[in-house]
Amino acid sequence: MNSMTKLMMLSGAALALTAAQPAMAEWKPTKPIEFIATAGPGGGTDIIARTVQGIITKYKFIDQPIVVVNKGGGSGAEGYTYGKAMAGDPHKVIFGTSNAWQQPMVSKVAFNYTDLTPVAAMAQDEFLIWVKQDSPWKTAGDYLKAAKSGNLKMGGAQSKDTDEVLTRMIEKIADVKITYIPFKSGGEAAVQLAGGHIDSHVNNPSESVGQWRGGTQHPICVFSSKRLTNTDKVTATEGWSDIPTCVEQGLNIPTYQQPRTVWLPGKVTPEQAAFYVDVMKKVEGTPEWADYIKRTSQTNTFLVGDEFQKFIKDDIAHVHQIAQEQGWLVK
Amino acid sequence: MESNIESLMHGFGIAITMQHILLMMIGVLLGILVGVLPGLGAPNGVSLLLPLTFGMQPVSAIILLSSMYWGALFGGSVTSILFNIPGEPSSVATTFDGYPMARDGRPSTALATAFGSAAFGALVGVVLITLVASWVAQFALRFGPPEYFAVYFLAFASFVGMGGTPPIKTLVALSIGFAIAAIGIDTVSGSVRLTFGVPELVKGVDFVVAVMGLFGIGELLLAVEEEMHAKAVSSKIDWREVLRTIAGLPRYGWTLLRSAAIGCWMGITPGGPTAASFMSYGIAKRFAKKGSRPFGTGVPEGIVAPEAADHSAGTSALLPMLSLGIPGSATAAVMMGGLMIWGLNPGPMLFVDQRDFVWGLIASMYVSNIVAVVLVLLTVPVFAALMRIPFFIIAPLIFIICTVGAYSVSNSYLDVVLMFGFGIIGYLFKKAAYPLAPLVLAIVIGDKAEDAFRQAMLMSKGSLGIFFSSPLVTCLILGGFAFLVVPQLMKLVRPRRARPGLEATEV
Repeated sequence: MNSMTKLMMLSGAALALTAAQPAMAEWKPTKPIEFIATAGPGGGTDIIARTVQGIITKYKFIDQPIVVVNKGGGSGAEGYTYGKAMAGDPHKVIFGTSNAWQQPMVSKVAFNYTDLTPVAAMAQDEFLIWVKQDSPWKTAGDYLKAAKSGNLKMGGAQSKDTDEVLTRMIEKIADVKITYIPFKSGGEAAVQLAGGHIDSHVNNPSESVGQWRGGTQHPICVFSSKRLTNTDKVTATEGWSDIPTCVEQGLNIPTYQQPRTVWLPGKVTPEQAAFYVDVMKKVEGTPEWADYIKRTSQTNTFLVGDEFQKFIKDDIAHVHQIAQEQGWLVK
Repeated sequence: MESNIESLMHGFGIAITMQHILLMMIGVLLGILVGVLPGLGAPNGVSLLLPLTFGMQPVSAIILLSSMYWGALFGGSVTSILFNIPGEPSSVATTFDGYPMARDGRPSTALATAFGSAAFGALVGVVLITLVASWVAQFALRFGPPEYFAVYFLAFASFVGMGGTPPIKTLVALSIGFAIAAIGIDTVSGSVRLTFGVPELVKGVDFVVAVMGLFGIGELLLAVEEEMHAKAVSSKIDWREVLRTIAGLPRYGWTLLRSAAIGCWMGITPGGPTAASFMSYGIAKRFAKKGSRPFGTGVPEGIVAPEAADHSAGTSALLPMLSLGIPGSATAAVMMGGLMIWGLNPGPMLFVDQRDFVWGLIASMYVSNIVAVVLVLLTVPVFAALMRIPFFIIAPLIFIICTVGAYSVSNSYLDVVLMFGFGIIGYLFKKAAYPLAPLVLAIVIGDKAEDAFRQAMLMSKGSLGIFFSSPLVTCLILGGFAFLVVPQLMKLVRPRRARPGLEATEV
């Protein structure tokens, strides 16, 4: 064999390799795709799943039809457990929150986030302290002073979930005792506050914007290191960017956010995962997405791969500590 | 109020266009279809249709979706009456008298009675929304956990005290229902309960799965054993019968009005259509004339009461959604998701910011309910004809419908297994003469009642005094106790007077 043929064979092999490369990366869905929202219809997780569905359909990012299925039973455990059972099926996409890793810590559920393949964390929802419109507390300082009595009632969605974790953080940092009352959803807590049955809640912006505009309740501070960027007015005089941060008002919790997470079932191939990362990246670039982020006053973040993993690890370390102090950890 | 009427006229201008009437007809027909097929139901139907509305004007989109909702509410009664399989949770109470009447060879009468009362209930609900929207929205805010619990307590009490079955059997059925409702994740503590190591049970037992087994399969087992349905019912298909039934409805005027009032109350508070239909049935039974045919044997009032309440509740449940941003029913929750995707924020400001949308929707409710009742009455003969199919054909069909229905609730085989399990429970309950209604009621609102009670206890730091802390909650609780105690007292008093009483009401 002379060097010429060797070269030809090599280049042939190289050609074959380069030809194989895109073929491998270009995995495409071969049947209709199910988007599983780990929340009931109308909740934040449901809305993001349907928004993404709408954008993908409009721009034809995926040729296959997409259906959104709600599996919100057991505070979302239904959806995650379903995702775990669907291991190896790249036609199921699970939309959730930090529940994916927080819930297994505090409840005896049959899944953990490691059973799923992470795709991306697509947005971060903010938390605020909301009080009734006519309440005497104008700042976080007033609120905490009132909380010293130990008689304040804080409503929130679910038990031992993000809302209660945040409530316990406030208790610890401000050295107060607050009665936490779990409801089915943030929406329910907002109505209870409007009726004066509870004193406050820590809803996300989208869960209470209607109530704020309607003049039944208003936010006193946001758990963010800097003020929100959306300058649109919600009421006649105030908008999201006018809300002080909680740190400004002496409640030292610099950030507390709820990631909107996207997953595939376990045991899918890296190409399949890469396909969805790519699609979500495209979704993130559309004006409809920007509009969704603005309308719901969320923060746009796009965490994938190692960044996403690091975020999960940090969050677990943080929540684990609180869960341990409260005695919530499952044995 | 005057301005409300003015706005309504403005709304009619928006709702009555060729395109919108067409959308209403499409929506209603699709709705009847999903309502008739058990397991699919209005919430699923509406969410399947939702993606199609993204490109539409919000007002057209909501007209399509709400028309589908009305269609599904009507359609849900069809299978309850013909086959004893409730297509919707809220049509369970319709089976109690609707099914016996249909079996009696009068399916057209049963269906027409149901549709007629349902339409009346819906209209009362819409009128209420038109006239007192703002006041009602404020009233609903007064409901905190203790008030919620009190409303549920009232619903339970109106059933336990109900005559017919021994109270102890009712209590047993209620307790089993509570245990089933407790399966899954507990809202208040966040812990997993009663799943017996089956991971999937974490989602809880879906109501539709339970009723399809209890009623559909249970009835089938009973029928197979007794061979009593081996022959088809020879039902006459008679248009005049439909018209005669509708014309005869005003005779039940008092029942209609009372049921619609209960429905509106439960739709707003929001106890929901299911609690409303049960409560209305229970109360109608209480008020039944002595000596008339007993409830449960196919009396018209037994159909009128739950249907009118169901639809007035279903309609008024949209009010808290629009004005407060709280959905009063599962379907309303899906539509609220739709509102947000269309770029609208539900809440008090909707009435100010989106006047066209709100009043277009309210006006469309009048129109689409009329469209719905006309369409649905046209289908009566078709559905009634189903009763002529011999049992040996219809029985396997019911079996298939139940199996597919249970599976399609959340694409889970476990649900199919559970459904058959419930079928056996339903059969045993009937053999042992235990009532199914309290069991179903407890499955539907048992966990809500429990949550409300425990939330109230957290609020009061464990003091029961919270249930007497305001006139509203005190009245509700005392009303509940009255329902429990009064019938028992009556029983103690009545024996002495029973005979003359019976003679007086010319049997």
